[in-house]
Amino acid sequence: MGKGRSKHKQGPPAPLDESLVTRKRKPEDIPVESPVRSKRRRGGAAKGKTDKRGEPIANSKKDSKRKKSATVPPLAREAKKDLFSDDSDDGIVDDEFDAESGDEETEDGRPSLKDDFLAGESGSDVYDSGEEQAGHIFSEDEDESDAEEKLTAANIEGLSRKLDAQLAHEAAEAQAELEESAMQTNIAGEPKPHILGDPNDEDDQAALATPDVTLLRTRITDTIRVLEDFSNLAEEGRSRADYTEQILKDICAYYGYSEFLAEKLFHLFSPQEAFSFFEANEKERPHVIRTNTLKTGRRELAQALINRGVTLEPVGKWSKVGLQIFESQVPLGATPEYLAGHYILQAASSFLPVMSLAPQENERILDMAAAPGGKTTYISALMKNTGCVFANDSNRARTKGLIGNIHRLGVKNTIVCNYDAKEFPKVIGGFDRVLLDAPCSGTGVISKDPSVKTNKNAKDFMLLPHLQKQLLLCAIDSVDHSSPTGGYLVYSTCSVTVEENESVVEYALRKRPNVKLVETGLTFGREGFTSYRGKTFNEKMKWARRFYPHMYNVDGFFVAKFKKIGPTKAAATSGAKADRIPEDEGDGVDNDDIPFGGFDDEADKELMEKAAKRHLKKKGIKPRAVVADHSAGEATAIEKPKAVGEGSTGKDQAPKKKGKTLGKREKQAKK
Amino acid sequence: MRPLTDVETERLFEKLANYIGRNITHLIDRPTDPHCFRVQKDRVYYVRESIARLATSVAKANLLSLGTCLGKFTKTGKFKLHVTALDHIASHAKYKVWVKPNGEMPFLYGNNVLKAHVGRISEDTPEHQGVVIYSMNDTPLGFGVTARSTHEVRRLDPTSITAFRQSDVGEYLRDEDTLF
Repeated sequence: MGKGRSKHKQGPPAPLDESLVTRKRKPEDIPVESPVRSKRRRGGAAKGKTDKRGEPIANSKKDSKRKKSATVPPLAREAKKDLFSDDSDDGIVDDEFDAESGDEETEDGRPSLKDDFLAGESGSDVYDSGEEQAGHIFSEDEDESDAEEKLTAANIEGLSRKLDAQLAHEAAEAQAELEESAMQTNIAGEPKPHILGDPNDEDDQAALATPDVTLLRTRITDTIRVLEDFSNLAEEGRSRADYTEQILKDICAYYGYSEFLAEKLFHLFSPQEAFSFFEANEKERPHVIRTNTLKTGRRELAQALINRGVTLEPVGKWSKVGLQIFESQVPLGATPEYLAGHYILQAASSFLPVMSLAPQENERILDMAAAPGGKTTYISALMKNTGCVFANDSNRARTKGLIGNIHRLGVKNTIVCNYDAKEFPKVIGGFDRVLLDAPCSGTGVISKDPSVKTNKNAKDFMLLPHLQKQLLLCAIDSVDHSSPTGGYLVYSTCSVTVEENESVVEYALRKRPNVKLVETGLTFGREGFTSYRGKTFNEKMKWARRFYPHMYNVDGFFVAKFKKIGPTKAAATSGAKADRIPEDEGDGVDNDDIPFGGFDDEADKELMEKAAKRHLKKKGIKPRAVVADHSAGEATAIEKPKAVGEGSTGKDQAPKKKGKTLGKREKQAKK
Repeated sequence: MRPLTDVETERLFEKLANYIGRNITHLIDRPTDPHCFRVQKDRVYYVRESIARLATSVAKANLLSLGTCLGKFTKTGKFKLHVTALDHIASHAKYKVWVKPNGEMPFLYGNNVLKAHVGRISEDTPEHQGVVIYSMNDTPLGFGVTARSTHEVRRLDPTSITAFRQSDVGEYLRDEDTLF
């Protein structure tokens, strides 16, 4: 029993102590730590439940200390052994261990004990501790040991009596402890992680001194432990915010996140889960390929690839077309099977929105942001090349890969177009299903693109959701609510932040009362947040699905599925347009009423002149020459656009025309 | 996007006939699932009529592809068949060449088919005939023209060329920038 306890007590914190000692923290730490410990002990006593246990511990320590004070412990033990080995082996062995544990305890908790027992035997304690240290430091010295032997010889009788008493105490305590739950034993046994909370005081020093990786890591894990069980493990006078701040700093230093993003991601999870999330972001996701069911079956493909020296297995029960690649002797993006279009390299997470969309044969479907075509081709494969898929992408460069994949995989029912997706209901609407895999910050795929860690700032998390909201409204308006088979819309992002997911969905639900959330049909994944840090979302948000790298070993992902139940009212769209314009140009209507806003024509004129000059310079025309020219010839022509020039279009176009005509004129003059 | 002119149709069919001969009718006459040819920015697309009709709502400048791209008209007005047409050609091909597994990669890297790599060849293939190249497990890999007739091939030495490569699926990687 004694053994077990001593191990518990000594176990985990030892290396940390060392590290702290090496960093010369100890002298500063002790005063901070000590009151807490004593407090907790006192608190425990106050509880009444731990009362029984608490006191014996204290007593035993007192005892061991007394004994030490008499014997000067570490080397005395040898003498002890010699003398008592005949009598009662077991008991003495136990005692020795307890004495040891007592040593450790008191060494660390020395001040606390002082606090507790100051009244009783402060004198002996002080003396005691002093000698203890001496013993530890110089234990190898022969002179010392001689002196100790004398001492022990003198005190043997007293010592043995005390040992017996302690044994009895120990037994009683052990019994009491046995009766209590194992959990509590653990809690009582791990008072030390708190040391790690302390560096709060000297953050700057710590940050400057050593970005020691192992230290950071242990500190992160320990802070997490404290945060998980805050009421028991936290230090007195430290708030949860202190710990959170500390762990965020550590995470930034350890994983290389910007503070902004680390905070954003950290608050999505419980501390423990956040840690595993950050950990998972460091690991690579497994490579996954999707079988092209238009050309082959999964079994044939697996066989063909195994013959080429690829080890693989099905990605999971949830997909019948995914294969997870463990290792490959050939480049997977250049095998004859790949070139023949039997499979496509596609992250497991990007199967999910398409599975949720559940396209049916002979439907008309829109993929609003299609490149590089993994999802589009999957949609076509599920439709068996019937119906029609509009694959749109706003980035022309990326459409090359999209078209390539479409042709390689033998997809024949697509129309690839290059629009800004916001134009969509105007280009063509009335789709049976729409998939919007919105452009996002990519916080779910940090393992794929670690640059996200640093290059995303608060502005991105304003602009991206704004874009996503616009796109989602357009997507909703593009769906045909009266479609006999469909009328569905799937919104997905490869981001895990709430701003880009639940908030956007919530916005759409508010703006378009003619859509409702429906179940995604995905068998796994975490439920969407119905409330998050003070915001509450539609209760149906639980039907949305979140996927995290640390839970399913897929990229971080969000999928929500809507059903459109009625036509979008004309007023809503026009209202949306009205909304959109002020959003772009900054509430033009309101500004006139507010004294702060409004237009200052004089100032504007000056600015516009400057802009016109800059524009001319860009074209390689000297503005002065132009002005001179104009004053001679077309003075009125310049003045007109400026006077008109409140509309942005007028402002832009006027100088252009000017530039062109004048450019020509200049050229002629040169000739 | 527009239908082909007569001249264009003629050139296209001439080329297709090289590989699939009279099977061209299978492409044109599909009463249950009518298809048509469309030109969009010098590319020729073979596409289901219903899809072609839907594609009319997309502006010319924004329409990048529809259905399957068969190839393009060069600036001199000739038609060049692209590897993207392989699906449609392969299903109607008259003459075929199968290459052994050890010949797959050399072919996919853009080399001609050597006698040593030929696993099988259709009977009675004439000289300079358009053929579709298959791997031994019947996956189409590309197309080309024979350098010799089947009879002559039998007497060739292993290193001599059996079929000249015209297009292969390796182009999906090699020529992605120019192909689309």
